[in-house]
Amino acid sequence: MSGLKAMSAQRDIAIVAFHQSDCQASAGATNEVELIMPEIRAVMDQVGLHNAQDVDFVCSGSCDYLQGAAFAFVAGVDALGAVPPIRESHVEMDAAWALYESVLKIRMGHADSALIYGFAKSSPGELPIVLSQQLDPYYLAPLWVDTVSLAAMQARLMLDAGKITEADMAAVVSRSRRNAMNNPHAQLAGDLSVEALLQEAPFVSPLRRHDCSPVSDGASAMIIATVEQAEAWGKPYAILRGIDHRIESHNLCTRDLTDSPSTRRAAEAAGVADGAIDVAELYAPFSHQEIILSRALGLGEGTRVNPSGGVLAGNLMMASGLSRVGEVFQRIVSGEARRGVAHATSGPCLQHNLVAVVEAA
Amino acid sequence: MAQLAAVIGTGQTRYKTKRGDVSIAGLLREAAVNALEDAGLGFEDIDAVVIGKAPDMFEGVVMPECYLADALGANGKPMLRVHTAGSVGGSTALVAASHVQSGTFKRVLTVTYEKQSESNAMWALSTPQPFAVHLNAGAGGYFAPIIREYMRRSKAPWDVGIKVAVKDRLHGARNPLAHLHKPDITMKEVEESMMLWDPLRLLEACPSSDGACAMVIAAEDAVDSSAKPPAWIRGGAMRSEPTMYAGREEVNPRAGRDCAADVYAQAGIRDPRRDLDVAEIYVPFSWYEPMWLENLGFAEEGQGWRLTMEGATSLDEGGDIPWNPSGGVLSSNPIGASGMIRFAEAARQVRGDAGAHQVEGAKLAMGHAYGGGAQFFSMWIVGADKP
Repeated sequence: MSGLKAMSAQRDIAIVAFHQSDCQASAGATNEVELIMPEIRAVMDQVGLHNAQDVDFVCSGSCDYLQGAAFAFVAGVDALGAVPPIRESHVEMDAAWALYESVLKIRMGHADSALIYGFAKSSPGELPIVLSQQLDPYYLAPLWVDTVSLAAMQARLMLDAGKITEADMAAVVSRSRRNAMNNPHAQLAGDLSVEALLQEAPFVSPLRRHDCSPVSDGASAMIIATVEQAEAWGKPYAILRGIDHRIESHNLCTRDLTDSPSTRRAAEAAGVADGAIDVAELYAPFSHQEIILSRALGLGEGTRVNPSGGVLAGNLMMASGLSRVGEVFQRIVSGEARRGVAHATSGPCLQHNLVAVVEAA
Repeated sequence: MAQLAAVIGTGQTRYKTKRGDVSIAGLLREAAVNALEDAGLGFEDIDAVVIGKAPDMFEGVVMPECYLADALGANGKPMLRVHTAGSVGGSTALVAASHVQSGTFKRVLTVTYEKQSESNAMWALSTPQPFAVHLNAGAGGYFAPIIREYMRRSKAPWDVGIKVAVKDRLHGARNPLAHLHKPDITMKEVEESMMLWDPLRLLEACPSSDGACAMVIAAEDAVDSSAKPPAWIRGGAMRSEPTMYAGREEVNPRAGRDCAADVYAQAGIRDPRRDLDVAEIYVPFSWYEPMWLENLGFAEEGQGWRLTMEGATSLDEGGDIPWNPSGGVLSSNPIGASGMIRFAEAARQVRGDAGAHQVEGAKLAMGHAYGGGAQFFSMWIVGADKP
């Protein structure tokens, strides 16, 4: 079994543009199309493109249940101006997987460039309850076990096994909030000490509210291309060196929830260990999950983890995974980092994980 | 450039109103196991799994790949979920093929499904939306006015739809997996069935089915495991346009014409009626056969209905270009799978694997799916000959 790394000798993929909206607790009356349009405009402007016909492929990620309508993504196409018709596809997953589909399309030679976007307005519903309907529809979904409760059980297993302490979890949150002070799109930011965080009351024990990512509305978009196309555009770019994703069993009882073997496997296939990692952006919706992921990825002292604040500072459902890749891209293009890893997750307790390696061109 | 890829296994369930004997996972596994057996492979041989279905709100399972990973042997592997409205069955096949055509994987399992008996499509399609006019409309009500416009422009006789309904049900009677088996159906029976959305009668509409369809797609150097010949993928294309825009041609959508031109160019097809041996085209409502005959270039604009009436698309009448020998969407409609069934049936034809609905000597076949307000299209061409 080979990851996309094996293909890198044939066709390198360049990330050329990225933009993310502010993470808002509520976008109010702004609808999904209105959330998407500024992000698409922003990445088009970064490259100097005018419309969706200027790229060869468009792929998006969204979730009908967050919008409360079947075929909700169809309205998203209205943000594209798809006249004349475009080559377009959609995954009912985080847009990081739309990126994956786009990479395949470029690798097979059917496109030289792609526009990717993800969006969601989670605020109108009760997100942890909505996501409980991801569970086995016969045995688990009728129990309405929400995502926070499942994550709390995972954290409890970590604590009981002595793999983390509550102070470790608070340290993740403290760093996230402090890093987010430099991120204009963050929803939650501030200078909070571990001691102060540990004074907070439990929410769903052992999780405190700050151990859980907030509910956010927004969107993000990205443009990728072959290196030749990126050179022709004449804009700074980073190389997507590897990308891979793996899913695990849905049966929580058969998984070791204190580890993430699917992340480790995806990291191997994406080539994470082939060089030093300066920066990592991890999609960890709960503080203890950042520790699980950092360990599975083998990250050491030399890696800055979630310099954006990560999703604990603002979690755009269906776009946060793509945004992790975008955050790493931006730090590489700005010269802050040479090589980074981005991660996306889906499903209860990190069931499905995607890992991407981004390098300076 | 794209690596060669071929379909080396197809698997389907029996299509029925209600498959109460299996869970959703059981339904998919049945199709997947059938496809793997056809390919001469086991789950352990599969590198990645790609699934597709219509909206999650139909069965009420959010992002069902999480739940289905175990049943499809996907644990430890990449698993992707495609959703592109009614065209999803075709799009999913194309995305699965890209896993191989990109040179990334050797063997990919792809499965699409719908379990309409555990679903309420009418409810799911009619949830009230903020800032929008509330719509309580099924697909038939949406498409009926567009069909009437086709009838007005083409001056087609009133009973063309009835002819399609009979033809596809006679085809379906040859297919043991088809949901509707009506070997004795007559024009009169269709004409006398209840008018649902003028001009569409009950028997001119697709049924609601439970079912799943699966395929194994393999790289050039991995096609030999199956006892049957491979169906080589000769071209694949997708197109999307908005549901509404000023001047949109809804009868003969540009996205469909562009998509067909793209896939024909890849496969070296100049005249689809002459160059293709058979086509499995997404016709959920009878009149979409003549409309798509024109949209896909099998007939000049305004002339598609003549092919239908002359029997050109009928297996029973010895037509030169049979459409939907499996019985088509009019005979079985597990929504999310319906597009992939078209793609898989095209593959079966060029593998000589279509049983009683085999088109003799078929070498080149087309699979087609559309969705939304006839705004999303996916198509592929498969051939017996290696390109």
